[in-house]
Amino acid sequence: MGVKKRAFKAAFPNTISIMAGSTSLGVVYGMLMETAGISAPWAIMMSAVAFCGSMQFAAVPILAASLFEPLQVLVLSLMINVRHIFYGISMLEKYKEMGKLKAFMVYTLCDESFSTESHCTVPEKVDRKWFYFFMSLMIYFYWVAGTAIGSMAGRLITFDTTGLDFAMTALFIVLFTEYWKKKENRSAAAMGVLASLTALLVFDGVTFMIPAMLLMLMAVFVRKKIWI
Amino acid sequence: MDMTTAEILLTVAAVTLGVQLMRWVPFAIFPEGREVPEAMTLLSKVLPAAMMGMLVVYCFRNITPWEYPFGIPEIISAAVVLALHYRIGNCILSIVAGTVCYMIMQQYIFV
Repeated sequence: MGVKKRAFKAAFPNTISIMAGSTSLGVVYGMLMETAGISAPWAIMMSAVAFCGSMQFAAVPILAASLFEPLQVLVLSLMINVRHIFYGISMLEKYKEMGKLKAFMVYTLCDESFSTESHCTVPEKVDRKWFYFFMSLMIYFYWVAGTAIGSMAGRLITFDTTGLDFAMTALFIVLFTEYWKKKENRSAAAMGVLASLTALLVFDGVTFMIPAMLLMLMAVFVRKKIWI
Repeated sequence: MDMTTAEILLTVAAVTLGVQLMRWVPFAIFPEGREVPEAMTLLSKVLPAAMMGMLVVYCFRNITPWEYPFGIPEIISAAVVLALHYRIGNCILSIVAGTVCYMIMQQYIFV
């Protein structure tokens, strides 16, 4: 078996729940764009180029209302996506020495790729580079394909998919549990939940992220007595 | 929707620029070969578990604890995931069972 084929086969099982979650969310996004009067090519382009689920959803009403506010959109995108800084810090080691594949890894770094790749270990005899690359590529493909299906054929779907997107929540719960099971990660996991809940009490579902991340930074640096 | 092609393209570009800046910042500040300060190494050990906690909270951000259905579908489905994952420990099984449970509740019980 070739190096790539083996890496592909090893990567795929790690992405199955994301396939369910991302594709169904992608379908919902495509349908939403279609009902907002934005044609399929634009919806697919947005998913393929911007590739950032929650911000894409946030931009739907702006596009639907035909508001041309690029600066406002940029600020909103920076705010909603600020968590990627923490993902990047976590992945600095893992994405090392990936050569020309690295640009793609960073370009598509998202909740799903961060959570699976930061957690899983590369199986024996599998090339690390291609393993991570295929995982990111599959995750990227699920989202774009879902968008294409939703925007072009959303009306043809008769199977009720309401609630299918819980697959993503379930995946995050499972990965969280995996961290929780290891004693050395437990305080960090609990700290993340506490910081987020505290911030959510004061701010809403979108703006809570920045305060939550600041609380996390404070918690880590105070605990370890590192002062910047 | 009546936006010109250029306006749509610029909006897509604004969304993309926002997310891409956030994705590249750490890699731009600490390119390979440059020594990563101790504080960053520490963060990279703590953040995966902490951010997973934030993602779980984020997924539950829309539940209404004081109004019908009081987040009951989410709580029960999450409990199913947790119970299976602690008992059996098969990721796919935990995720599929929790999702099916949630879909049934959303489609037939808490309509």
